[in-house]
Amino acid sequence: MTLFTGHDLTCIRGERHVFADVSFSLSAGGALLLTGPNGSGKSSLLRLMAGLGRPAAGDIRWNDEDIAADRDAHGARLHYVGHGDAVKPALTAAENVAFWADVRGGGDARASLAAFGIERLGETPGRFLSAGQRRRVNLARLIASPAPLWILDEPATALDRDSVTRLQDAIARHRSGGGMVALSTHGGLDIPDAAVLDLAAAGDAAT
Amino acid sequence: MNRLLAVVRRDLRLSLRQGTDSLMTLVFFVLAVVLFPFGVGPEPNILARIGSGVVWVAALLASMLALEKLFQADFEDGGLELLVLAPIPLEGIVLAKVTAHWLAAGLPLVVISPLLGVFMNLPADVLPVLILALLIGTPALSLIGAIGAGLILGARRGGVLLSLLVLPLFIPVLVFGVSAVEAAAQGLPAKASLLILGGIALGALALSPWAAAAAVRQALE
Repeated sequence: MTLFTGHDLTCIRGERHVFADVSFSLSAGGALLLTGPNGSGKSSLLRLMAGLGRPAAGDIRWNDEDIAADRDAHGARLHYVGHGDAVKPALTAAENVAFWADVRGGGDARASLAAFGIERLGETPGRFLSAGQRRRVNLARLIASPAPLWILDEPATALDRDSVTRLQDAIARHRSGGGMVALSTHGGLDIPDAAVLDLAAAGDAAT
Repeated sequence: MNRLLAVVRRDLRLSLRQGTDSLMTLVFFVLAVVLFPFGVGPEPNILARIGSGVVWVAALLASMLALEKLFQADFEDGGLELLVLAPIPLEGIVLAKVTAHWLAAGLPLVVISPLLGVFMNLPADVLPVLILALLIGTPALSLIGAIGAGLILGARRGGVLLSLLVLPLFIPVLVFGVSAVEAAAQGLPAKASLLILGGIALGALALSPWAAAAAVRQALE
């Protein structure tokens, strides 16, 4: 059984301790919901999970193997959705999704656009998409090429109610297929049986 | 390999659709060279004497122009994080992006250079050497520039910083690029300079993907 864990993680940004001694554990089909006020380190923790940076202390392990040991292997098993949507204005929505699928070894861009209800925007250049539509194109990457671990930083930002439902459905399907999700949200997303990690307490411990 | 070609294809498609970067580089190159006869006067002997140096310096400055955007655009829209996380070595991605940059911004300079050589009154038998030297030298410029493009990520006024970082590193390419053309103009064999230029290009090919990848990782931490 796959297991994604972090032990006694400390994150320092500049001179400031963002959080200290944070641990988490995710198993197949599980979801981890990060909560806490702005600046409590939700995005920082998600970036550490993705391997975009190293913790000041502690380690993150996939099946008991440190993720820093093989970054490309870790990259292959995760999808990361950050603050930027990585949608190029000069490429069409379908080309944008297809590119990220190609980089990961191929996938079906059309079907993934349909999963977020934007199949009709396939030929529309990125520059004509609204913020919510760009976010949906970005989320379509998750479906286009499969990966067992989804790391989603505020994925519901700019989404309308219908798209939030589609995202919840996508996450539910992903988990029922044995996938894991780690995500942060300021509400608006309903993730059943998610383990909650409150970073506000960890930040207090650090200061 | 297919995945790296996907990166090359995307970057080429982006620069073709946006168009302005390649065109701006080319127009700058032509204008910079064309200004010299106005500055030093239209004396054919003087122009022929300084021609190779002028074309090379203009090529150096022109190839700087689009470099700033090499990683910056992806850095700003979050795409660079995804490229770093992609299951291919970052060094390969850097090389793919440099290849696309050279095809879009370096190759056009090489193609138009004989025209500018004629304009600067360079003898016709020197032009093949000029083209060959630029063909070897401009990829080296793109490769060395990629290190600077990685280092300036997140900096304010990155373009200025980039020229300060990278132009001194371009000097060896300039020296041997010009000396190849000068040698040909004096009827001497240009082979030695061209070989050294090739050596610089291969050295840059070996080192710069690693250095630039390290700079990009640093910028994202």
